[in-house]
Amino acid sequence: MQPQVHWQRQDYSRVPFWLYHDRALYDLEQQRVFRGPTWNFLGLEAEIPKPGDFRSVWVGDTPVVFNHDRDGRVHAFVNRCAHRGATICREQRGNRKVHTCVYHRWSYDQQGNLVGVPFRNGVNGKGGLDPSFDFAANGLRKLRVECLSGAVFGTFAEAPEPLADYLGPLAAAKLRRATHKPLRILGYQRQRIAGNWKLYLENVRDTYHASLLHEFMVTFGIDRATQQGGVAMDARHRHNFTYAHAASDSDQDAVAQYGQHQLRANALKLADPALLKFEREFPDDLNLAMLSIFPNCVFQQINNSLAVRQVRTKGVAEFELFWIFYGFEGDNEALTQHRLRQSNLAGPAGFVSMEDGEAIELAQRSTQAEPDACSIIEMGGRGPIVDCDFRVTDIPLRGFWSYYAELMGMEPPGAVR
Amino acid sequence: MSEAEAKAAVADLLADYAALLDEDRLEDWLELFAEPCRYCILPRENADLGLPQPLMLCENKAMLSDRVVALRRANIFNIHRDRHLVGGPRIRRLGSDTWSLEASYAVYQTDTEGQSRLFSVGSYRDQVVFQAGRPLFRDKLVLADTAAIPTLLATPL
Repeated sequence: MQPQVHWQRQDYSRVPFWLYHDRALYDLEQQRVFRGPTWNFLGLEAEIPKPGDFRSVWVGDTPVVFNHDRDGRVHAFVNRCAHRGATICREQRGNRKVHTCVYHRWSYDQQGNLVGVPFRNGVNGKGGLDPSFDFAANGLRKLRVECLSGAVFGTFAEAPEPLADYLGPLAAAKLRRATHKPLRILGYQRQRIAGNWKLYLENVRDTYHASLLHEFMVTFGIDRATQQGGVAMDARHRHNFTYAHAASDSDQDAVAQYGQHQLRANALKLADPALLKFEREFPDDLNLAMLSIFPNCVFQQINNSLAVRQVRTKGVAEFELFWIFYGFEGDNEALTQHRLRQSNLAGPAGFVSMEDGEAIELAQRSTQAEPDACSIIEMGGRGPIVDCDFRVTDIPLRGFWSYYAELMGMEPPGAVR
Repeated sequence: MSEAEAKAAVADLLADYAALLDEDRLEDWLELFAEPCRYCILPRENADLGLPQPLMLCENKAMLSDRVVALRRANIFNIHRDRHLVGGPRIRRLGSDTWSLEASYAVYQTDTEGQSRLFSVGSYRDQVVFQAGRPLFRDKLVLADTAAIPTLLATPL
């Protein structure tokens, strides 16, 4: 299938709404994006520290298990028995040398090779598999796996570009920054949003919305578009890094700039300001750093709250956000408690993130009836897709669409890349 | 106060807790908490793994009050009404003025078009203290079986 998209503009400054609603397109995305030449975030090595540890996750809507073998390597396979298609690992996590399907007890090693079939020779010489049955050719579908700085990525591509090349120098460096010491997992949060997954990938690349939708940021003066910051992308605009420097604007300027738009900068003070305390822990002075890695994850630093969000598609109009909160080994008890306290800022109940669930559902709900109408993506300018040293921009959204359109084989003639 | 009277007062506190949330009287709801106090919504998934990550954590009454002020003045969330169904509580004495309170809950949300959905189910694991003859929450732990939050979590459970 070749999707026919009428792009009004070659620079993706108009995006038709039907792209959020079309089932056939969704199925093609599973094939060309999630099972295509991309590297998908699977999880963190710190989640599977011991040999035999495994976790069950999703790549798009394909169930995948990644696990740690006795030699310290990480393997991943599709969590679907080669025999009858049943889910093999039913638990979210555990420790196992051999993975056995409960249905007919076919079993697989940690790489996904078929190692056991009950009654393969039949009973009393009757039944069983034909002696020519090839175990090696009938294992689980495997993913290629690469780890970088404690993060595990998998791909379905037969001959993928190396992970480091796929990420590019910027995203690789920012990933190393986010996980610059051995990790300590603090726990998980999950959120189900009734919207198309692409709305979320746009949301995390859209720095324009942050201080307008998330009024808490401005009302309590924690992150304001008047701070010094910006957006940077890799050469192909797959990934995006949004950042802000701590304490880099003045209260007066913020009050004046937001005051023009009926927003009350610094109108309120917290009764307990401990929530917003920022302890510098990275070599730079960034207090906001969001690294979006195409197609399915975001590494987040909001002050001292650190997490990685995994996007799991659940059909055209629903996705799960799976949040892994972490700190570092060697964090003292006070810092761990501070991270837990500050996690009130993020997640489904986050002071500066809960609104995303509402905004995405509003967009999903209202665009359905008019599939050929378009959204307007012009903040920061039209034409070339470039990095910005300011945040009142949605240029990275056009970067997202540009790479997406290339992967999907639906670029307009003369497309901006 | 007799044992039976104290238990009845603790059960009333729980009933007030649910009713004030459902009536959106969050400022009155705050006054059901002692100082110091803790309010924590913890996914049961994390509790089972021995992991501390909450969904919402207020370590004292000032933080709890900040949550209420933010909901009123800064946060934007899906317009909805809440309805708590709280099961029969198990109330046990822990000390002279301290009680433990456990109860199952289900919270339904109703949207602006009149549709209701089950939003969260779980249990309360609370500590209640008597101050000036009145029971107050010292520690409210909402152990949420529903780890996957539909849309977003704004109002306390």
